[in-house]
Parts: sequence; C-alpha cells; structure tokens
Amino acid sequence: MIEFKIPELGENVAAGDVTRILVNVGDTIARDQPVIELETDKATIEVPSSVAGVVREIKVKPGDKVKVGAAVLAVEPSGAGDAGGAVPAPAPAQPAARPAPVQQAADTPPPVRQEPQKVVAMARPQRPQPEPPPAVPARERGLAAPAAPSVRRLAREIGVDINEVQGTGPGGRISLEDVKEHARRVLSSVGAAADGRGVVRPGAMPLPDFSKWGEVERQPMSNIRRKTAEHLSQAWTSIPHVTQVEKADITALEELRKKYSAEVEKQGGKLTVTAILVKVLAAAVRQFPQFNASADMQAQEIVYKKYVNVGVAVDTDRGLLVPVIRHVDRKNIAQIAVELQEAAVKARDRKLTLDDMSGGGISISNLGGIGGTHFTPIVNWPEVAILGVSRARMEPVWTDGAFEPRLMLPLSLSYDHRVIDGADAMRFLRWVADALEQPFLLSLHG
Amino acid sequence: MAAQTTQVAVLGAGPGGYAAAFYAADLGMQVTLVDQEKNPGGVCLYRGCIPSKALLHVAKVVQDARHAAKWGVRFGEPVIDVDALRAYKQGVVDKLTGGLGQVARMRKVSFLQGRAALTGPRSMRVSGPGGETDLQFEHCILATGSSPTRIPALALDSPRMLDSTSALELPDVPGRLLVIGGGYIGLELGSVYATLGSKVSVVEMTSGLLPGADRDLVDVLQKRLETLFERIMLGTKVVKAVDAPAGIRVTLEGDATPAEQVYDRVLVAVGRRPNSQIPGLGTTRVAVNARGFIETDGQRRTAEPTIFAIGDVAGEPMLAHKASHEARVAVDAIAGRKAVFEPLAIPAVVFTDPEIAWAGLTEGQAREQGIDIEIARFPWGALSRAVTVDRPDGVTKLVLEPGTGRILGVGLAGSGAGELIAEGAHAIEMGATAEDLKLTIHPHPTLSEGLMEAAEVFFGQSTHVYKPKRPPRPS
Repeated sequence: MIEFKIPELGENVAAGDVTRILVNVGDTIARDQPVIELETDKATIEVPSSVAGVVREIKVKPGDKVKVGAAVLAVEPSGAGDAGGAVPAPAPAQPAARPAPVQQAADTPPPVRQEPQKVVAMARPQRPQPEPPPAVPARERGLAAPAAPSVRRLAREIGVDINEVQGTGPGGRISLEDVKEHARRVLSSVGAAADGRGVVRPGAMPLPDFSKWGEVERQPMSNIRRKTAEHLSQAWTSIPHVTQVEKADITALEELRKKYSAEVEKQGGKLTVTAILVKVLAAAVRQFPQFNASADMQAQEIVYKKYVNVGVAVDTDRGLLVPVIRHVDRKNIAQIAVELQEAAVKARDRKLTLDDMSGGGISISNLGGIGGTHFTPIVNWPEVAILGVSRARMEPVWTDGAFEPRLMLPLSLSYDHRVIDGADAMRFLRWVADALEQPFLLSLHG
Repeated sequence: MAAQTTQVAVLGAGPGGYAAAFYAADLGMQVTLVDQEKNPGGVCLYRGCIPSKALLHVAKVVQDARHAAKWGVRFGEPVIDVDALRAYKQGVVDKLTGGLGQVARMRKVSFLQGRAALTGPRSMRVSGPGGETDLQFEHCILATGSSPTRIPALALDSPRMLDSTSALELPDVPGRLLVIGGGYIGLELGSVYATLGSKVSVVEMTSGLLPGADRDLVDVLQKRLETLFERIMLGTKVVKAVDAPAGIRVTLEGDATPAEQVYDRVLVAVGRRPNSQIPGLGTTRVAVNARGFIETDGQRRTAEPTIFAIGDVAGEPMLAHKASHEARVAVDAIAGRKAVFEPLAIPAVVFTDPEIAWAGLTEGQAREQGIDIEIARFPWGALSRAVTVDRPDGVTKLVLEPGTGRILGVGLAGSGAGELIAEGAHAIEMGATAEDLKLTIHPHPTLSEGLMEAAEVFFGQSTHVYKPKRPPRPS
C-alpha cells in the first residue's frame, strides 16, 4: 500500500481546503489522474495523482484543510504483485505529464467488495508505509478548565484550546462568550503580528458588538477573500500610492475596434479595449522600464523585468482574481484577445492555476463595463503600477473653435511613488493615451 | 456464504455497542450490530447491572420489611421461592433485551447474531445460527466488553465455585457463601445472598472494601455490612481451595482464624478483564496494551484508522454509562465531527444498601495527586427525609477548589445515593461552584437537599448543621 500525498502546489502555497474528492474507494486510478480538488489561497486546483493503483482509503474529506505532504489516499499499487513486493518509489513532487491509462478504471469491481484477505496480505509486509492519522490526545485528567461540556465542544470545534481561555464567570468558569472572545483576540493578535514577509492582517482592531444596534450575521471569509484582504492591506500599507488620472480620446480607436472585432472573434477572442490596452502597456513599459519593476527595499535595489507580463483583474463570483497574460510584447492584439477570453473562462470555471496568476509585471483593472469616471486602484504588489479603466463616454471636446463629440476613456494610473516619480507617471499615462488616440504610434514607437 | 456490506459494523451489543449502533443509525449511517446473543444487551443486561439490580431490589424489600418491625409493622419471616425469584429476574432481562431488539429493528439497524472474526481492517466474518457471513465495513467499532477475572489457583472444576455470571443465575441459597473480592460486584451479590439467607463472608486482599472509594463513604456501608455479613476479612488472601465432600475448603492467609474454613459455595469476584482477544485482531493494526485494553486516542480510534474501540475493552472504568458516552464520541468521530472523550466526571455507583456513589475528583485522588482541596460534608442525620425513612446512615460530601468553591468532586453514601449522584456529575461538568449549588432551590423534604446543605456547609451557613468553624465567606 502506498500513500498519495499532496505534492508541491506552487510558490508560497503550503495548504488548501479540500473542496471535492474526485475518486471513490475501490476506484482504479492512473498516474496524473485528478483525484481531489483543493481551494488554495488563490486558485482551485485539481491535484493529479502521482501514483497508479486501486484506492483503498480516502484520508480526507471536503472541508478538511490539508498541507503539502499530507496523506490523501492509500493506494494499492497496480501490478505490485508481479513486481516482487518492491516498495514503490516515493511519489515525485511534480508528476510528469504523461498520458494516463484511464481505461483500467472500467474493469474495476465496485467499491468495498474486493477480496479483503489480499489487502491484508499486502498491507502487512509494507507496514512502515501507511501512517495512521495523527492521534487526537485526550485531555489529561485533573483540574480541567471549568467549562460546560457544550462550551468545551464549541472550543474544540473552532480550534480553541479550552485551557487557554480566561473564564469570566464565578470560579473562573468559562462561558460560550469567553471562548468566542478568546478566539477573536487570538485572531486579531495573529493579525497584528507580522507574518513572514511583514504581511499585516486587516482588522487588527477589536470590533464593537454590532448586535447592540440590530441583527447581524457572521460568515467565514473564503480563502480568496482572506487572501485578497491580506494582500491588499499589505500593498496599501507598504506602497506609497499616488493616483493620476487622464482621459484618452478613443473615437478613432473605437471605429477600428468595431471594424476588426468580427475578425478577432473568428480566432476565438473578443477585441476589447482591455485587450488593446494590454498591448499598449506592453509597448509603454518598454519606453518606461520603471513601470515593469519591483522595489527591493531590503537590498536597496530596483528589479527591472526584461519580460513583459500583464495581469488583468477579473471579477468572479468568488472574488477578485488576476490572471496574467505572458510575453505580451511578442503577441499581437488578436492573440492577446484570445488569451484574455480563455483566462476569463478559466477564472469563472475555477480552473485558474496559481501559475496562471503569478509573474505579472503591471496590471489592468477595467471597470468600464460597469461604469464610473475615475477611481484609485491599489497597486498589485510586488508590481509598481496599475492602470484603472472606467467607462468611455461621448463628451464635447473643444477642437478648433467648436465642440466636437468625442468618445473619451477615463484612465486612472496608481503607482508606487518609491520607484516612480510623478512627472514620469504623467508622461507614461500620456504615452498610453496618445497610443490609444493614434494607434499608429504603437507601430512607430512600440 | 453470505456477503454483506455496511458503513458501520459494531462488534458487541452491550451498552456501548448498541448505543453506538443506534446513534450511528440516527445520523443516517447504515449499521450492522453483531453479537452472540439473540438480542442486544450485552453483559450489562444479560449478566450484570440489570439482573443484579432486580435481585438487589428484592433484597431491599426484604430488608425494609424486617426493618418495619421497628415501626410497629410485622410481616414475619420471608419465604423465599428461589425459582419464582429467578423467573422474575429473567423476566426483567427478557423484557429489556427484547425491547432493545425492537428498537434496533425500528432504527433499521441490521442485527447479526454470531461470533465474529476480523479478516482485515475493513472486513469480518460472522459465524452464527444463520451460517457464515462476510461483512465488509467502512468503519468498525469494537465493543466486546469484559469477562470476570479468573484466579488460576482457584479454578476448581466444581459447581460450588461461582463467578458473577453463575451467581446471577441463582442456583440456590447456599448455607455458607464466601465472596472473594471486596469490590462492588462482590458486595452487591454478597448482599443479595445474605438477605436471601446465606451466611456470607467477604475476603478482601487490600486493607479496605471498595478500593478507590473514599473511606468516609465506605465506612457508612461497612458498618451496615458488618451486621449483614457473617465476617469481613480484610488484608486476607485465599491461597488454596479444595473441593471437599463437605464443601469448598479454603485456606486463608492473613489475620483470619482459623486459616481453613469450609463453604458451601465460593463466589470469585476479583474484577473483570477486557475481552480484547478478538479473533483476527492480528490482521489489523489495532494495538492492545499490557493490561489487555485496546489502545485508542481521544476519539476512541485505534491504531487502525477504520477501527474504533469503546467500553470495557477500551479502558477503565469498566462502566456501562462510560461505554455509551464513548459510543457517541466514536460515532461523532466517524461522522467527521470534532468530538473527543473528555468527561470531567464519570459517576460510579455501588448498589448496596446503603448505596455509595461518587463522581469527579475523590478526596483520596486529590491527596494522592497533591491537589489542594476543601471538603464540605453534610451528615444525613440532619436530613429530614433520611430521618423520616429511618435511614440517617448517610453522608453527602463535596470536594471543592479552595477560594473559588468550584465543585471538583461529589461523594455520597446512603440509601438512594445512586439517584442523587447525577446532580453532582452535572454540577462538575458545568463548572458549578458551591455558591451555584447553594443558590439552587432543592425540594423539601428530599435527600437531594443534602447537596445544597453541603454547599452551605462550605460557607459555614448550613441551616441544619451548626458548624461556625470559620468566619462566614462573602457570598
């Protein structure tokens, strides 16, 4: 019997919540076959198996938090019998992308009904391999915390050690409220302390009791919400933000966009303002390399990126996700449009991987589909700039002694003032606007 | 051979096993309960708590009838019809076990009669009247209970030698009965036989009856047992037993004289050992410790993740109510809930007359472990209800945390103590203080007032006990 353990999931991802189990006990699984679905901080991932064989035990269930290295399945390796009882090699961390012999699954008998003796016979000699789940220690007897059984049960459920709770009742008795208050304090103190790279959890201040003023409801933050909150608080507190605004006349661009949109559609993309802006930014950061950079304050250095990857914020039902379109400097607008379309579909289908969402150099947040004139986006740290886009509107523009109706696109550029000066930012923003107004400039300068 | 599959297989249908099966069924699991008997019940219902309590009830009535002469009511000497008494006891057992069988059917728990042998971490084979069945399970709960401990030196192949099981079958009322073991089983059964007319002697190896219970409680019982029993021999050992024509000739080692005595029957009640020699256990990773108990974690999960163990086979104290509580913990764990076995108090009751009961920390444990405590005692002589029934021989005791007055333990001795201990257990579990108990109105006149008044004693303010030893506490 061998165990399938959670492999390395990606940069800085140590754990996730099990959202779905994709196999049953008794199933025959192939190498690289997805076996569980994990919701990690940013993405929902289908984790492929690194082993092939018959699933004998599933050690996790939906809702469990699992860490990298945690045992998920006990698998009886297929063909282990003729291999002379050799213990299979430890699971490779990154399974090779090999086509899987899936058809095996069809021959498998239904779950549970398999010859048990055989399982036992095989389990015995390989005993060191499977480890039972960590034992839950029973409390030592003696002067236990003075708390009612219901209170102790709640503490256990929310992960509070009842012995650490300060009881406010007579004789130090611990009430339900004491346990909740303790949990709140622990959460906020953890938040106040720097975690790893100085990430500060939001909401370190204790909250008032809202129920004094009316009914409230509490819901746990999803992983994505929590991570968004942490990430943006960190960005907001560590980056001195400035936002500058501009308007670009896209009347001509809009005509071109309409004219060629059918063609791009044929290729499977949507010729949107965002897709065009991705290309514009790709050209702009070549003129202004400090916009495709990161500040390394510890080394007192600025990291200039020679690659051009642009993150595009996508609004999903689970929250904000930022897939990254790679090497946009080497792609044309139609290709970018196709990739953007794919990323949006993946985001909505929860198929975005962590890789899909890392490595950006600059980001775009386009809220124009909803409305707005300008806004102040938060820089997606460790990037140094983000371009916010609002809704384009027809406006009277004074041209050659008369008002002319022009389609104006509001742009809001937030940037890290440690790396970028205000004048440069204005030049950058103007460059972007010019490129939109006179698309030829893209070819000329970009 | 039949083959069946189930989500939860429960091996052993005692108070642990059937509680587990029923609760699992209530949570919507598919459950198979396996036992050798026709109906659920286990030792407790068939050969333990229940038949002994039926007999003890009869003994109590006989004693009360004798006692009534003091109050001007004479019934004369009782005539004991052993066959009818045995039938009454059996009727109680049949009624309760039959009822459990019915409840199991209503809950759609599949009941499989037979002996089981594990064949792996997910399967067992059951051989019973219905043939052999291969049962595949996702989880198994071992609730195989315990059996009377045998002393090899005294293992005579004689019908005169009894254990708790055969003693409860009530073969006859022997003239002289020797009870080996001064624990609760020996004292309960000794009381029954003494009341029915046997001359009962008890021999206990240690220096006192009911090892583990607080002495002040045991003293109340011992005073009464000294009049009921022929002899109580403490610090004494039976070193030899011979099946002689006149009876069992035993050789005693200790203070008792003469060292050789002859008894019509000898009841060996020196404890119980866990039934952990389950066939096929070696095909799993379940571990058994040196004392024969199956090792489990706080959720009662064994070293084999699919298998749990509860009740007598999983550790002390070997009590039915501990087993049924563990049953719920184990089923909750199977259901993925974060339950752990962590009681502050497991009440213990000795159903003699008077009864002894305790819960939580005992005075003896506190002294042993060096825990600082205060004791508040209320004697039943000051309890009007006890006096009205002419049973002032009793005491209610609180073991308290100094300063806070938190109730850490409760001890009771007296007629009816067993029914009173639940309030003590509840107080301990809730983290109640003496003040809580004192401020809770208890009905008058009842024995329960003793708990309230003992709490008042802690504050030096008991209504019915004048004990102004210390300045009144602020309350």
